[in-house]
Amino acid sequence: MRYVKAENLETAAALLNGEPGISRILAGGTDVLVQLRSEAVEPDLIVDMKYLDGMRDITPEDGGFRVGAAVSGAELGEHKEVCALWPGVVEGFELIGSTQVQSRATMAGNLCNGSPAADSVPGMIAANATARIFGPEGFRNCPVADIPVSPGKTSLAKGEFITSILLPARPARASDAYLRFIPRTEMDIAVSSAAVSLELDGDGTCTAARVVIGAVAPTVLLVQDAGAALEGTKLDDAAIAKMVQAVEAACSPIDDKRGTVEFRTKTAGVLAKRAALIAYERAGGKK
Amino acid sequence: MKNFHVSTTINGDDAEFICTPDETLLDVLRNRLGLTGAKEGCGTGDCGACSVTLNGRLVCSCLVLGAEAEGAEIETIEGMADGDDLHPLQRVFIDKAALQCGVCTPGILVAARSLLEKNPEPTDEEIRYWLAGNLCRCTGYDKIIKAVQIAAAEMRSV
Repeated sequence: MRYVKAENLETAAALLNGEPGISRILAGGTDVLVQLRSEAVEPDLIVDMKYLDGMRDITPEDGGFRVGAAVSGAELGEHKEVCALWPGVVEGFELIGSTQVQSRATMAGNLCNGSPAADSVPGMIAANATARIFGPEGFRNCPVADIPVSPGKTSLAKGEFITSILLPARPARASDAYLRFIPRTEMDIAVSSAAVSLELDGDGTCTAARVVIGAVAPTVLLVQDAGAALEGTKLDDAAIAKMVQAVEAACSPIDDKRGTVEFRTKTAGVLAKRAALIAYERAGGKK
Repeated sequence: MKNFHVSTTINGDDAEFICTPDETLLDVLRNRLGLTGAKEGCGTGDCGACSVTLNGRLVCSCLVLGAEAEGAEIETIEGMADGDDLHPLQRVFIDKAALQCGVCTPGILVAARSLLEKNPEPTDEEIRYWLAGNLCRCTGYDKIIKAVQIAAAEMRSV
């Protein structure tokens, strides 16, 4: 195994692109090191990205924030402006692992690990976040929603890696929330999860809604119908019921020791409902 | 495998070591530097027995490569006492019997110190969440939480 500290984007992309064996990108290492230690993956090349310019920076951009790919959960959680603008994104990210893991874990890593149960991904997709990717062809931008393709697989091509994630601007009366179900209070993998991002007008009517569910399909899933069910409403019981129905219809979970198909489907709907109501209140809506 | 020569700071002292690319910081601390306070429990970042701070952040040293320590500042349990004077957390853990077998204790002490630096007056719940990544199979945690509270109160009064 070779370990290389990337000196610049171009050499990092060239190294990854030229590696015939298995390569891994290292930022926080909370997934890569576990794979390495458990011998699940034996990489030939590890490229450490976190020392590159901008990788650890949180930068205001057009009313939103660009979050470097090596920014940790602890660093994002300490950034008051990001927490105020996208509380649901931050709370999802902060649910991952222990204090120790939060010191190192990154959103880009959580995304590229490709788990359908990844806690930071529903919030990012609900936020309509965009990943900036560098590769042999240079930079490109890609919606976070288009990155996971199946468990453990992403749409990134060989030699490509994420350099930052843009959490966009949002109107004044807007907010988001993320909830997951786990059988205990901390340090567990989501059995099901939901993130909801809402925009409201002056009288509290929802003008835009994005509902995203996790751990109930091969990838984290944006449920368009569920968002549409909330738009034009004040999240009355009928609208919520319609949204829950759309969520349940979109679920195609697996049965495993952590949850049955029925349980995951039911809880995804319940979590989406609760997350929607939290986001509504955070956005200044009154019930 | 190509070996790395790494220069770093451990407990305020300059330290240098050679390591292979797949060697973890925990392996380096224990096997190359003789700092055996940090323990390997799970080796996969679940138990926290290998906790150290890296540039002021609490981490599992089993999830850090030795090569990543280049230029970093590392604090381990060995740097916690001031010579023969134990840190208040260490003293109170002994006084209040907040340990039994002791394998988790170095990690819990490093983690608790890191909490008190950030939050000198935590609630029991805040302590429990902060220490959720430090597993103890002996004590049932109650005495650990109490000891952290007593040490925190003592440190606030100084």
